[in-house]
Amino acid sequence: MKQIIIILSMFITGHLTAQTRYEAGMQKGLEQFSAAKTAEDMAAASAFFERIADAEKDKWLPYYYAAYANHLTGWMNPKADKDKVAEKSKDLLSKAEVLERNADTYCMRQMIAIQQLTVDGMTRYQTYGAIAAQAIEDAKKADANNPRIYLVEAQYMINVPTAFGGGKAVAKKLVEKSLELYDTYKPASAFHPIWGKDQATKLLAACQ
Amino acid sequence: MKKWIISLIVTLLISGVQAQIKVTGSVKDQKGRILAGANIVVKGSYDGTVSDSTGSFSFKTYEKGKQFIVASSIGNKTVEQEVNIDSLPIRIDFLLKEEISELKAVTVTAGSFEAGDKKRAATVLSSLDVYTTGGANADISAVVKTLPGAQQVGEQEGLFVRGGAGYEAKQFIDGTLVNNPFFASVPDIASRGRFAPALFKGTVFSTGGYSALYGQALSSALIMESIDIPDRSEVSASISSVFLGAGLQKVAKNKKSSWGGNYGYTNLLPYFSIVKQKPDYFRMPEFHTADLNFRMKTKNGGMIKYYGTFGASDLGLRRANIDEPNLKNAFGLNNINVYNNLSWRENLGNGWKMNLGLGYSTDYNDIEQQIQNQQNQKITTGQPWIDNNNFTIKTRSDLSQIKAVFDKRLSGISVLRTGGEYMYFYNSSTFNNQKATLPDHFKALFTEADLYITNDLAAKVGVRFEHSSLINKANIAPRLSLAYKTGKGAQMSIAYGEFYQKPENNFLYTTTNFGYAKATHFIANYIKNTALQTFRVEAFYKKYDELVKTHPVLNNAGAGDAKGVELFWRDKKTIKGLDYWVSYSYLDTKRDFLNYPKQLQPTFAANHTASFVMKRFISKINTGFNFTYSYATGRPYYNLVQSGAQYTIADQGKTIDYHNLGFSFNYLTSLGKAYAVFVGSVTNVLNSKQIFGYNYSNNGQRKEAITPPAPQFFFLGVFLSWGVDRRQDAINNNL
Repeated sequence: MKQIIIILSMFITGHLTAQTRYEAGMQKGLEQFSAAKTAEDMAAASAFFERIADAEKDKWLPYYYAAYANHLTGWMNPKADKDKVAEKSKDLLSKAEVLERNADTYCMRQMIAIQQLTVDGMTRYQTYGAIAAQAIEDAKKADANNPRIYLVEAQYMINVPTAFGGGKAVAKKLVEKSLELYDTYKPASAFHPIWGKDQATKLLAACQ
Repeated sequence: MKKWIISLIVTLLISGVQAQIKVTGSVKDQKGRILAGANIVVKGSYDGTVSDSTGSFSFKTYEKGKQFIVASSIGNKTVEQEVNIDSLPIRIDFLLKEEISELKAVTVTAGSFEAGDKKRAATVLSSLDVYTTGGANADISAVVKTLPGAQQVGEQEGLFVRGGAGYEAKQFIDGTLVNNPFFASVPDIASRGRFAPALFKGTVFSTGGYSALYGQALSSALIMESIDIPDRSEVSASISSVFLGAGLQKVAKNKKSSWGGNYGYTNLLPYFSIVKQKPDYFRMPEFHTADLNFRMKTKNGGMIKYYGTFGASDLGLRRANIDEPNLKNAFGLNNINVYNNLSWRENLGNGWKMNLGLGYSTDYNDIEQQIQNQQNQKITTGQPWIDNNNFTIKTRSDLSQIKAVFDKRLSGISVLRTGGEYMYFYNSSTFNNQKATLPDHFKALFTEADLYITNDLAAKVGVRFEHSSLINKANIAPRLSLAYKTGKGAQMSIAYGEFYQKPENNFLYTTTNFGYAKATHFIANYIKNTALQTFRVEAFYKKYDELVKTHPVLNNAGAGDAKGVELFWRDKKTIKGLDYWVSYSYLDTKRDFLNYPKQLQPTFAANHTASFVMKRFISKINTGFNFTYSYATGRPYYNLVQSGAQYTIADQGKTIDYHNLGFSFNYLTSLGKAYAVFVGSVTNVLNSKQIFGYNYSNNGQRKEAITPPAPQFFFLGVFLSWGVDRRQDAINNNL
């Protein structure tokens, strides 16, 4: 009897561990990500997601978060070499894209391109502006109801001179659309991207 | 209850058995440099960490038994180390080998400046810079003149590089030679380049030591790469103080092909009636320019591009005759130029790539010069040195060419490039009804290897073979350059090369009994680059042999040399929003060529040349302000007079120093549905006196300064574009 219980419980425990390793890992990763205060913390979160991704092999989400966290280190550390950060972000994102391309991976493409554009906007506008515009177009094709598309577009547009078709008014329209979509947006799972509503609310204030 | 306790104990036991084992170590590269931020992981698990700023790492793992610990860092080869995790802590010191990658590898920079959007060490200017350089009036050559190595020569077109004459610099579009890159030449006035900067995504200005793919240029190669398919369809129009233009660019919906064309009409009548010119223009300068393009992506990721231009120009001007100031030299010119370029690049698979270029161009000049009296009637005086100025000349210059280059990817990112070109030059000249022709079948073969030995060391080794049927001579020119990375963003390069060029046509009409003129380049350079700053210093020695002499006989007995040091500094960082560059060139050169009695500093060479270029875009008012200040010390001038078989220097001197402050602004706005850019520009804002040299009368009694036709040039224009699928529309449609 005892042996049966032991075997059974070992089986159950083992089974449970196997099922939840990914979920527990993602949970921990997202906590680490939210708690990150410095670029170093964020880099550690990125590395953790990368480890999950490499171990799981068939999940795009950990690569996506690894790319996102790495991308954010480029903004959190003002002295960061943004081109170098972007190379790494692109490397991680392309691994996610091999598994799945969707509106969120395209948005990440846009964000990485914009980060590189800001290094030297006047010169890089033509190259990286085109990559960013293409990414937004692809994202809308993939899922026009993803609110982050309009958020990241607005984040870029607010900094584009009015003469080039940007400015506060343009950004405001976009961010309003984004907020409207956030009201009804349902992520596909607990780990799918949900971020952006706070940024959109703040950006709306900046557009006034 | 009992069952619960048992299972709880079992669970605890299972966890308890899995005691954590500590894994520590360090990560370095082959050279012992610390690698911070490297990922360390127990393969297949989530256990791991990131190396810290000292390259050390430490983490705990539950994994047991035979495992692999993996260390990876971007730009390095990943290393896996097998370990047996038991009960003891584990220490592993990783050594990661560097991966040779195009992003990190050193690039050969000796002798070359790049303008374009590629992120390479040699890139110092962006495509946009060509438009926003004050006083350059969107002329590629004018912008290139703000870089070290080029002279501020204002009396003739062409790039005068490192002691070389203008004809020693050649221009190439998509790999093939451009026969007449400038508008037809007028005595003592520099013509503009024919090609609009917007056509090119990248330009390389090489001041020496360039690749074996290019030949027949002793001093310099300006290598331009045309744009691929544009982002969007566009209709454009421009109105300015000197020209009107309209254009259309249509991009296919699938973005796989595009076509377009532009037409422009320039007439200087309105401008010259407001701004007085020194010469008396009896035929107002008038230009028609048109171009057509077609671009198509091929199935395998290749590209076919066609680009063609048509140009027609007409002008006539009178200036006082230097021997008889009551008389005038009336110069009339009519020019027609057609240029066609078809290029095809294709991936052939297996690491092979092909670049094929086909070109055909033709250029007609119809020139008549007359000696006229005060009533503007043609006369003859009986004095041959004056009457020599009564002539007509018609020239035709054709070039048909094919060039093929094959690239083979070797191991890593090393590339072997090999190919050949065939050019058929046909020149004819009818001088006072006497016709002479010069056909030349010119062949070249070349091979070159880009060898990346490590990320820090690269070599370019090449050789070029040429044969001209016209002079019936061959040459073999070796080229070699090395680049070594000395630190983060810093590198040193050296280059050596031999360059050959056949004599200019005006000598070949007299005799074809010539050899090639030869230049040997030695260059050393150091460059330090960050995203927003570039520092560059280059020293060179150039030896000239077999230069063309016209006296006592036409032959290749000339020689000379040039040496110098050049500096370049560009900074977009120190003052936010301000972008500036400074270039300085020191040149020491002498040559014995043409009718020079001995080795002299040529009239087109100044000892010190400097430029300061500054740009600022003020977002609040959507306006950019651009200033360019160029300076050169005086250039020598000579009055060479024939005495017997030799020439002697009857008079010589140095011109005054050259100063030019150029200014331009561009204001971006929208007019109705169009994006509009208003551009205004002035050359020589300070109205400095500019003297490029002197002309002498036949008896040497009178000398006259060569100056620009007007001290300043003003430009005001508006450029409009209507994007057919503009981003603005896209936004509105989606909201």
